[in-house]
Amino acid sequence: MNLNLKIWRQKDATSKGQMVDYPLKGVEEDMSFLEMLDVLNEQLINKGEEPIEFDHDCREGICGTCSMQINGQPHGPDRLVTVCQLHMRSFADGDTIVIEPFRASAFPVIKDLIVDRVAFDRIQQAGGFVSVNTSGNTLDANAIPIGKDIADTAFNSATCIGCGACVAACKNASAMLFTSAKVSQFALLPQGQVEATERVQNMVRQMDLEGFGNCTNTGACEVECPKGISLENIARMNREYLSATVKG
Amino acid sequence: MSGLIKSSIVRKVVMALSGLFLVFFLAQHFTINITSVIDPETFNTWSHFMGYNPLVQYLLQPILIAGVIIHFVMGFVLEIQNNKARGIKYMKYKGSANAPWVSRNMIISGAVILAFIGLHMYDFWVHEMAYKYIEGNPEDPTRYYAETVEKFEPIWRTVIYIISFALLALHLLHGFSSSFQTMGVNNKYTPAIKTFTKAFAIVIPLGFAFIAIYHHLNPITH
Repeated sequence: MNLNLKIWRQKDATSKGQMVDYPLKGVEEDMSFLEMLDVLNEQLINKGEEPIEFDHDCREGICGTCSMQINGQPHGPDRLVTVCQLHMRSFADGDTIVIEPFRASAFPVIKDLIVDRVAFDRIQQAGGFVSVNTSGNTLDANAIPIGKDIADTAFNSATCIGCGACVAACKNASAMLFTSAKVSQFALLPQGQVEATERVQNMVRQMDLEGFGNCTNTGACEVECPKGISLENIARMNREYLSATVKG
Repeated sequence: MSGLIKSSIVRKVVMALSGLFLVFFLAQHFTINITSVIDPETFNTWSHFMGYNPLVQYLLQPILIAGVIIHFVMGFVLEIQNNKARGIKYMKYKGSANAPWVSRNMIISGAVILAFIGLHMYDFWVHEMAYKYIEGNPEDPTRYYAETVEKFEPIWRTVIYIISFALLALHLLHGFSSSFQTMGVNNKYTPAIKTFTKAFAIVIPLGFAFIAIYHHLNPITH
């Protein structure tokens, strides 16, 4: 198939970027979206032009680095996929495809389609962990019986890959779905409940400091999340936060 | 305290609680208004009670005004912050692909409702304050029905009210059930909350519109 690509080009973090048109011929429908960009980059390199920079690592849907807004949606039109899992069969011959980096003030563009998502790391560092006793007599986590429904719910929250699609989709660039998934995966388990109060307060404080927007419950994040993280996590985080605030 | 109000979750909770309070007020307002098409005497009795009961006048009325102000001020503050959170906008943003129009445009429906409240306050509250405190008229428990019907004689006011009620319906469609999510309620009762929200958001504004149309079509003949 032949495509007309409109891709955001930006030399570096301080330069002003712009959309550039790239007609691309002979795209196979079985290619992944990233493979299609690989083909375009080969052509650009052969012509002596600068290739388009984009983040990718695992190419199996778990690294969450492919921070692209494709035709106005994070990771493109398909549900529950990252860009490496999006295939060209989702598009038609002659289509114009607009490719931009995720947009949020807390996710500054580094170059072309690469954004800096270190803000997520700082939220995680603020409380997304369990402090364990490492003196040699640590209790084996598997020795604590946990109901399957609780274990499954915590696991579902833990499947968040921190890709930032929730922020990219949200009209307010809110990071509530990411933060709530990281709060939930610990809050649901006995090991995480010991530090629950400080965790939710510290992570929400860091989230606010990073300059993400406020959640208005549109639900766009849940729809666009490649791992299907649900809004129940946000409700749980709100409960945790309000309970922590009352406790002081 | 200043730390609390800086918290995005606390700000959301303020929006949710003030919104739920206004929803409760709306239900109470509608209950009294609908009596104006059923039995004018009952409408006069209730309106007089609301206009002269000290508890309503000096406690509930200031709380209501504060609730409205808090909801709107916080709404605009959040809107400004949310715009800042995406400094550079997308060239192409397909919001309709993942969220309904009503949830993405609460600021538009909210701004229209705010303008409507301005007109509504001018029509009834300012008139009431002038009647009681500036002109110093004596109590008259029989005047409310005639005053209300008279307001809906001009077609322009009736149309503005109907348009505002339509926007109110859109605002409630998202806002009512959204308040529960903000308060941390997302469980087996959520489908029932969403169904009740839809019913409330349609029935109450439609009822208000019906009252306006009824009085426009049934003027008091002098």
